[in-house]
Amino acid sequence: MKPPAFRYHSPRSLPEALDTLDAVGHDGKVLAGGQSLIPILNMRLAAPGHLVDINGLTELAYVRTDADGVRVGALARHADVEADADAHRAVSLLRQGLRLVAHPVIRNRGTTVGSLVHADPSGEMTAVLSLLGGSVELARLGGTRRVGAADFFTGPLESCVEPGEMAVSAYFPRLRGRTGTEFIEAARRHGDYAMCGVAAAVTLDDDLRIVSARAAYLSVSPVPLVLDLTETLAGATPDTAHWRAAGELAADRTEPDSDIHATAEYRRHLVRVLTARALRTAAVRGADPAVGGDGQGSDDQGSDDRECGARD
Amino acid sequence: MTEQMHEIELRVNGVLRTATVPSRRLLSDCLRHDLGLTGTHVGCEHGVCGACTVQIDGRPMRSCLMFAVSARGHEITTVEGLADPDGSMHAVQQAFRECHGLQCGFCTPGFLTVIAAYLRDHPDPTEAEAREAIGGNLCRCTGYQNIVKAVLRAARILNEGTDAPVAEEAPR
Ligand SMILES: Cc1cc2nc3c(=O)[nH]c(=O)nc-3n(C[C@H](O)[C@H](O)[C@H](O)COP(=O)(O)OP(=O)(O)OC[C@H]3O[C@@H](n4cnc5c(N)ncnc54)[C@H](O)[C@@H]3O)c2cc1C
Ligand code: FES
Ligand code: FES
Repeated sequence: MKPPAFRYHSPRSLPEALDTLDAVGHDGKVLAGGQSLIPILNMRLAAPGHLVDINGLTELAYVRTDADGVRVGALARHADVEADADAHRAVSLLRQGLRLVAHPVIRNRGTTVGSLVHADPSGEMTAVLSLLGGSVELARLGGTRRVGAADFFTGPLESCVEPGEMAVSAYFPRLRGRTGTEFIEAARRHGDYAMCGVAAAVTLDDDLRIVSARAAYLSVSPVPLVLDLTETLAGATPDTAHWRAAGELAADRTEPDSDIHATAEYRRHLVRVLTARALRTAAVRGADPAVGGDGQGSDDQGSDDRECGARD
Repeated sequence: MTEQMHEIELRVNGVLRTATVPSRRLLSDCLRHDLGLTGTHVGCEHGVCGACTVQIDGRPMRSCLMFAVSARGHEITTVEGLADPDGSMHAVQQAFRECHGLQCGFCTPGFLTVIAAYLRDHPDPTEAEAREAIGGNLCRCTGYQNIVKAVLRAARILNEGTDAPVAEEAPR
């Protein structure tokens, strides 16, 4: 199908974009990569009167890494963030998650910030931002505000971005200490939206004992769910930890829904199995001497499990 | 509301083209209907099938998920632009022919544009990598086996020249 008619705006600078968004208010939408918005328009599920195309704002096409984390501008494509070596060293979870976002061709155009604003409960980046406790910077005519991940996602396909507002960047903080991460999911085919996905971070002390274990989930809750699973693992080493217990606890604490892709029971089973697996891999990465004090282990061979069903 | 129209200039396969389009004209429809370049096919119009894939500044993207007005100022390569100006086929096209990588041909333009871009960055893919590279494109005819072979064969032609022997591409 074809999109409904709209007025097209192509601002050349951020101030011009904010002016336009302010003028069109409720009837306007930002067009970023269009990889979620244009399918919605093509299927006539939305009919905004105005589209403000931000693809001309090349000043926002950046990925900046410093000692504290990675800031991703609104026009950075998924593929650019995924390929960025500094970002990968500082926050490995970004690449670990991004390579599960759709297919490379979609990642060439879709933006990471756009996928956060889109707030799909199956969107990998929502889990990454939530697990890391990151934030999104919003701008409007006459002001900016920063919203933490916990407040940013308000419902399925709903974020707190208001009419007239635009997300200008997202911030992904670096995890401290001897921390390893992993992102795995189960999808019917690699690149499809996941039936369940898990982003995990495990922190070890200098004796390689687990001091913290947390996981964030996709496709099992209306907004990204972050669980602290430390109680089942604290004090154990990656060799002795009882990963299945952590998986059981996670399954107890999630209440997935059934849909055409998977039943609630199957999703809960996936939570159990994928949690155990993701935590184990994250812990092994954290224990890797190469990781030293800071960082999440940058094993590129990592996510072999990504298109798996659920064995264990 | 009278529909807003745009006079646009697009650089397609190295040629500057002009068209008058409404804001909502998808790039895929602009290529096919306004510019008469019907090599780009349209299947699903929501990004899933890959038939409409073209290269924008050398990177493969879905032309059904882009508006023609947004493509101004970018270099667009469609399947028509893959062959040499003298008509000799691109290595990927030649490999598809040799390996029987197509039957009805509906999906083929999308595969060709994706694979041509992929092999530029990954000149020597393994079979697993070849499968991953085409993972975003659907084909209802071939069962994919011959398309995977064609990716490997095209890599070989690009690396060794067109007279590389047509032996069965051995999976690695
Ligand atoms: C076939 C297919 C498979 C996909 N699979 C996955 C997947 O597995 N996982 C996944 O996470 N995603 C997937 N996606 C979606 C993809 O990641 C999108 O790129 C992303 O969700 C939206 O980013 P975008 O830049 O394309 O935003 P757009 O489509 O341009 O916008 C999406 C929404 O966000 C708003 N918006 C975007 N940017 C801003 C901004 N800077 N400020 C304010 N509002 C903004 C828009 O107004 C719109 O409402 C898939 C898409 C396709 C077509
Ligand atoms: S027509 Fe564009 S992906 Fe199917
Ligand atoms: S050859 Fe017919 S769909 Fe691929």
